[in-house]
Amino acid sequence: MSEQRDHVRDDGFDDWLDAIEDGEPYYLTCSEEHGFLPPRHVCPACGSADVEPAPLPATGILETFTVTSVSTPTFEDDAPYVVAIADFGPVRLTGRVVERDADDVEIGMTVEPDVVSSETSGERVLAFRWCSTSWCC
Amino acid sequence: MSEVRVAGIGLTPFGEYAERTTRELFAEASASAIDDADVARTDVEEVLYGNFLGELSERQGHQGPLMAEAAGVQAPAARYEAACASGSAPVREAVKRIRSGESDVLLVGGAERMTNLTTADATGALATAADDLWEVRAGVTFPSAYALMARAYFDTYGGSREALAHVAVKNHEHALSNELAHQQQAIDVSDVLEAPRISSPLGLYDSCPISDGAAALVLTSESYAEEHGLDASVAITGTGQGGDRLALHDREFLARSPATRRAGERAYDDAGISADEVDVAEVHDCFTIAEVLAIEALDLEPIGEGISAARDCRTTIDGDRPVNLSGGLKAKGHPVGATGTAQIAEIAALLRGDHPNSEYVEDATTALTHNAGGTVATAIVHVLEVVA
Ligand SMILES: [Zn+2]
Repeated sequence: MSEQRDHVRDDGFDDWLDAIEDGEPYYLTCSEEHGFLPPRHVCPACGSADVEPAPLPATGILETFTVTSVSTPTFEDDAPYVVAIADFGPVRLTGRVVERDADDVEIGMTVEPDVVSSETSGERVLAFRWCSTSWCC
Repeated sequence: MSEVRVAGIGLTPFGEYAERTTRELFAEASASAIDDADVARTDVEEVLYGNFLGELSERQGHQGPLMAEAAGVQAPAARYEAACASGSAPVREAVKRIRSGESDVLLVGGAERMTNLTTADATGALATAADDLWEVRAGVTFPSAYALMARAYFDTYGGSREALAHVAVKNHEHALSNELAHQQQAIDVSDVLEAPRISSPLGLYDSCPISDGAAALVLTSESYAEEHGLDASVAITGTGQGGDRLALHDREFLARSPATRRAGERAYDDAGISADEVDVAEVHDCFTIAEVLAIEALDLEPIGEGISAARDCRTTIDGDRPVNLSGGLKAKGHPVGATGTAQIAEIAALLRGDHPNSEYVEDATTALTHNAGGTVATAIVHVLEVVA
């Protein structure tokens, strides 16, 4: 497979990961209050060009998860790992559950978003950290 | 509007044929289809071809002309890509062209070569059907996306790995008589439950294999079939496509397939039938949970009850409405670009009576195929009926 040049950023996506690292996570919203992720010129739900960032709720609720044992080559040294979808209200996110044994992950857990590095590639990966208490986040 | 007849069908065996190129696989399938149809190659007006991974597995783009060449047809050709629905996208396009009167004879098909890749590279290639930025970079693989849906289903509607295992057992049983199937091997529920996990709760036997293979159809107008005295008793009477957001997390439901529902409603409406009239179906069972979501969204089972359909023998070979009598993707195999076309070929054979499992659906007159791309951001449904 072809390789891209090193360090070419993906506008919107990398800016969004930067914002998570800076502790200022956001999502995009339109005049109809649909929630969506960058990069966008219009709302994917209604086509509105009135697109504005808004602060992402600090925590989300885990809706589903899986322990992935067979990975793509880019995550071979990371496997097995837990991938989950968490509901943050206006948007859902897909991320890696960290700092928690696979056996202890459950639907309904409260998580906060973070960024970790892939053990295989060093690339940034959206992660979910478990909030053990209501005041942790 | 001209009726679309399935004049010829052609399939290669599905399985591990790492050395076989897609051009050679499609040459075999297309020759079988043209032979079965008994049409002159010079009458073929265009070639519509489906493939998903050719750039990754064979470093080959621009495959349309290559496949027309392979088929021995001097006609314009183009390739269609819709991930795992790549094999039914060209069928849908061909149906529209014949109906409009633009074409009378079209060669349609697809092929995929996958087992020349390592399992990790094939996993990576298949993952390109998901959203690269928001899913793949978080570690989503194809099995893990369906595993996310399976766990969401269990959480919403109930069900268990054991109920899903019955889907795999059923489809393996159906493939036993299908000599073209990748896995002609009986399995039981404990085999499925004890198999290594790929992505919990799904294990190795919840997943279709990685397969090579090709499929082809000759589709003609009713008038061409009649003028040339073709033996073409089966027609494609309905077509429908549904779409959805690419990333699973952006969908309205994690444990339902709205795109399949939309595709099914459009295809039923197009054919003028209701779901009750479907006698037999081939649905997209890349994973056991996918069959459950498909039959619910197609209204073949109520929401939340599809999980028990195989276990309670409603969809088995001797059930009221058998599903995946070919063995499905699960046992017949899933050479991605060939699958949608192959489903139509299998159904046509079942309806016209020359499929190894035709005896189980002797009275069947109405059937459907359902082919899905990615985690069902694309769904394509066709209705087939015996018309002559
Ligand atoms: Zn909107």
